[in-house]
Amino acid sequence: MTSPAEHTRLQAVDGPFFGDFGGRYVPEALVAALDGLTEAYDKAKVDPEFHAEIERLGRDYTGRPSIITEAPRFAKHAGGARILLKREDLNHTGSHKINNVLGQALLTKRIGKTRVIAETGAGQHGVATATAAALLDLECVVYMGEEDTERQALNVARMRLLGAEVVPVTSGSRTLRDAINEAYRDWVANVDTTNYIFGTAAGPHPFPTIVRDLQRVIGAEAREQMVALGGLPDAALACVGGGSNAIGLFDGFLDDPEVRLIGCEAAGDGVETGRHAATLTAGRPGVLHGSKSVILQDGEGQTVPSHSISAGLDYPGVGPEHAWLQAIGRAEYWPITDSEAMQAFALLTRTEGIMPAIESAHALAGAIKLGKELGPDATLLVNLSGRGDKDVEQAARWFGLHPEDDA
Amino acid sequence: MSALTAAIDAAKAQGRAALIGYLPSGFPNAATSHRALRAIIEAGVDIVEIGPPYTDPVLDGPVIQQATAAALASGVTMADTYAAVSVVRDAGAVPVVMSYYNLMLQRGLDTFARELVDAGAAGVIAPDVTPDAAPEWVEAADAAGLDHVYLVAPSTTAERLALTAQASSGFVYAASLMGVTGERASVGEAAERLVADVRAAGAERVCVGLGVSTGEHAAQVARYADGVIVGTALVKCLFDEDEDAAIAAITEKARELRRGVEGHVEAHA
Ligand SMILES: Cc1ncc(COP(=O)(O)O)c(C=O)c1O
Repeated sequence: MTSPAEHTRLQAVDGPFFGDFGGRYVPEALVAALDGLTEAYDKAKVDPEFHAEIERLGRDYTGRPSIITEAPRFAKHAGGARILLKREDLNHTGSHKINNVLGQALLTKRIGKTRVIAETGAGQHGVATATAAALLDLECVVYMGEEDTERQALNVARMRLLGAEVVPVTSGSRTLRDAINEAYRDWVANVDTTNYIFGTAAGPHPFPTIVRDLQRVIGAEAREQMVALGGLPDAALACVGGGSNAIGLFDGFLDDPEVRLIGCEAAGDGVETGRHAATLTAGRPGVLHGSKSVILQDGEGQTVPSHSISAGLDYPGVGPEHAWLQAIGRAEYWPITDSEAMQAFALLTRTEGIMPAIESAHALAGAIKLGKELGPDATLLVNLSGRGDKDVEQAARWFGLHPEDDA
Repeated sequence: MSALTAAIDAAKAQGRAALIGYLPSGFPNAATSHRALRAIIEAGVDIVEIGPPYTDPVLDGPVIQQATAAALASGVTMADTYAAVSVVRDAGAVPVVMSYYNLMLQRGLDTFARELVDAGAAGVIAPDVTPDAAPEWVEAADAAGLDHVYLVAPSTTAERLALTAQASSGFVYAASLMGVTGERASVGEAAERLVADVRAAGAERVCVGLGVSTGEHAAQVARYADGVIVGTALVKCLFDEDEDAAIAAITEKARELRRGVEGHVEAHA
């Protein structure tokens, strides 16, 4: 076979634009900071020392490579397909978010800034940022929607114990989107000292590229592991909030057209109810939070509030690379409702003794559907992006198992 | 010459800076907001920025956030902005629109520009987009005969000052400080320097905004800038639930600012 020309490789597409999506739509006040970050990142990218440091932290701190676990008892409920889990939940701090944060925190040191800010939904990105700040001696402020501080109270306490300041955001929908707005406001005012560690593969250039590159390790490891286990999967599935764990997984298989890529979005109460966060299913192109992508919006361009049981997926936007992969037909995006995700959550917990994050449970629910469709010959790779510890209280309430329910 | 540059030059001919006021459309309701627009124009505001409310106003502080969120909740749409533009024009001042970019994009850039011209607007300030990021807006605005105002900030590099000065028409909006809209105790020290730098980079008319709150601030800025832009200090007056009191307060604030741009510094008690 002749090797395809480098420019036809999807993996080589690097931003600022992914097809029609991406770019940098930001206030002038932030342009200098984004230019500085781009420049620092371009230098770091070709610096072996930077890569060695990321690799060292990945191995000695995060616990990489993350293992792959086969889930045969779970798979019985998914048409008997072979189901393999990429265990990002076993990473230090409990999710894939740490992969991105360590790299961006190192970059912060390189540009000589001493303070980091972050937005967080489920709290996993906030916890990871607070952790990296503790490790690398940075001041850390995390913005979190007030509704999310309530449903993810445990993570608020974790961040505070790690020495971060957590600021509950009371404006707008009081969720992830408003936390991002507030982080931007902080950044505009404090850009001299402060780097914004963005938590997902969205936002203005260079964030979608940096976050994708730092999460790429998921797909790179998984591809090698799959080959060692007998071959590439028929499909790779991941949940999609802003899209960082999904792009990290997909990236490894972008140029393997035989591998279906399926992103599982939060359909909340159901797409037809309007109470959902299924951006790529029900959104239209527009500009939100600094890039052109697909967003949930009304006819005038006002962002529509999203809804999901999962704080980490409760976002009316999505990263531009996903909008592009959908537009060119390389990836599919499926809506998964709250109750489908919670069923998958319970199923994995009961059949395999692995409690997933509610976010990741959306990808598991996608695997159940696809497994039933494809049957026992199929091999499905699912990114288990995080563990469910933070969701115990919420899940217990959902299933009526909370101690307070005994009363 | 556009209506916008004419208004700035007319003020200059009177030996003062132009006074530019910002109000969100439809706050606290259509009738009161129209009354407020007429009142500040009567009190001496030359140019009025109308802000269509947006769900994600990343460059606004708490006061304007609260006003625009209330306006959105009460059902304000782009039609209300067009109506406010016409009110300003009919009251004899120059209307410009300060809009977040997605609202413009969803309207369709060409449609938006044409509709604004029909309503009587002279220009658009797009605070969350730079001219190099969306040259298509510059084209659409030029085709409709609408000025396109862009911002510079204390962080703007020399290269970008030149780019922005070149791409702006009407005036260049110099942000007095790094931050979001809201009242401040003093005008940022960086402002005067920034105005000088952006003039040196080729800008003909430079107006200063962000944090300008009092007549004293206005007088200070008027010494070096072509226009003084005030938002939060005016918007704040409209939170008074007694409509007549709100109108009285905003009128008084506009007069104080007008005396400021004329160089009459208030003696503080
Ligand atoms: C465990 C987990 N998975 C997924 C997500 C969604 O983010 P992304 O789409 O960027 O992977 C989050 C976000 O908080 C998360 O905590």
